[in-house]
Amino acid sequence: MAVFSLIIINKAGGLVYQREFQPGLRKLSTNDYLVLAGTFHGVHAITRSITPKLPLVATTTNPPIAPTTATTPTPNVTSPSSTSTPTPSSSSSTYTYPNPGIPATGLECLETDKFRLTCFQTLTGTKFLLFTEPTMVNIDVVMKKIYELYADFVMKNPFYQLEMPVRCESFDRNLQGWLRGRT
Amino acid sequence: MTQPARHAAMLSISNGGPNAVAVDKQQSQHIHTQSQSSQGLRVPSNRKTIYDRHLNRSRSAELSRASFAFLFAEMVTYAQRRVTGIQDLERRLNEQGYPLGLRLLDLLYYRTMASSTSSSLSSSSTSAAPPNRPLRILPLLHLIHGPLWRLLFNRPADALEHSVSPETPNEYMITDNDPLVNTYISVPKEMSMLNCAAFVAGIIEGVCDGCGFEAKVTAHNQPTEMWPGRTIFLLRFGESVMEREKVLERAGVK
Repeated sequence: MAVFSLIIINKAGGLVYQREFQPGLRKLSTNDYLVLAGTFHGVHAITRSITPKLPLVATTTNPPIAPTTATTPTPNVTSPSSTSTPTPSSSSSTYTYPNPGIPATGLECLETDKFRLTCFQTLTGTKFLLFTEPTMVNIDVVMKKIYELYADFVMKNPFYQLEMPVRCESFDRNLQGWLRGRT
Repeated sequence: MTQPARHAAMLSISNGGPNAVAVDKQQSQHIHTQSQSSQGLRVPSNRKTIYDRHLNRSRSAELSRASFAFLFAEMVTYAQRRVTGIQDLERRLNEQGYPLGLRLLDLLYYRTMASSTSSSLSSSSTSAAPPNRPLRILPLLHLIHGPLWRLLFNRPADALEHSVSPETPNEYMITDNDPLVNTYISVPKEMSMLNCAAFVAGIIEGVCDGCGFEAKVTAHNQPTEMWPGRTIFLLRFGESVMEREKVLERAGVK
């Protein structure tokens, strides 16, 4: 039940916060952390764009336009036989996410036998990466509290400049205190 | 808000002549802006503005701490523009608080009188008569330490001390272990001397001046292990106040 470390990445993919909560972790150089943050930001964007979509079988636009194409085994509207006008609008609606109400998120969880990396992206685009033990439960509670502390002690601090590295003593103090109180 | 407008109207009537037109024009402009601003957010449906309400109405009302934090953060950012240094920044915050203290004093009196318990204003007024305004330093300090702090922060301040040094008998200290204004503020290392509670110091200064006690109030960091945000407000009373204090002491005024 231990939280190893926390990384916060801003919406541009820059590292703004990094902190370890357990002694004896092997440290990376500052540059490596920056590279790690940037790489993760890219991987996250890729995983989001490769989210598989399901084809829509019964499209409403197909039957009235070309009933002959509907008989082909794959009703593909981008085939040259169909008329060109409805193609752009219908091609975007032939595939959908498995759950259309929920937009595609990127990588959320990465697990090894030594640690689990949980990624939480806020609606504003900031990413919180939390490294924990793989057996740890209720990570979403920890994540929510970290987000709350961030909103309180970073965003309400007049000396913090947006998108810049977080150097807020009270954020560190409250984060440390809360995590210590939990274990 | 309505008072100066009325005054201007009277002027225009008594003066007459070409001047009056100018005044009239000004006044109509004034009214115009007023009516514009009254179309803003704060006019309730029954057309009663905040000035029509009873003063004690908001006495126990609660304010959002988050909105205050954002407002104060914006005030600090505003004060930070074009400052020459930390002292200048603290002076600006102090100046922002000072008029607030002067105005707050009337509300404070009004409310402490309304509650009408003799112990509410100062501990030294033991008579059954309603509490008066403080005449000596100690009742004033109790007024700040207790009622003012409760009005502002809903709790009394944490300590009240007199300077132990014989050279500075005019110095008093009020301690707040965790000032509300600093809750979410982390001062960068290169500005470690800065304490944004200078704003509160300005409020105290305004209250002291409003009571007729000339004073300079500053806020200082005094962190402890338990209270990393502990702040001491240092009140330095002027010489005239100290002289009067001696006279009053001889006269036996409490």
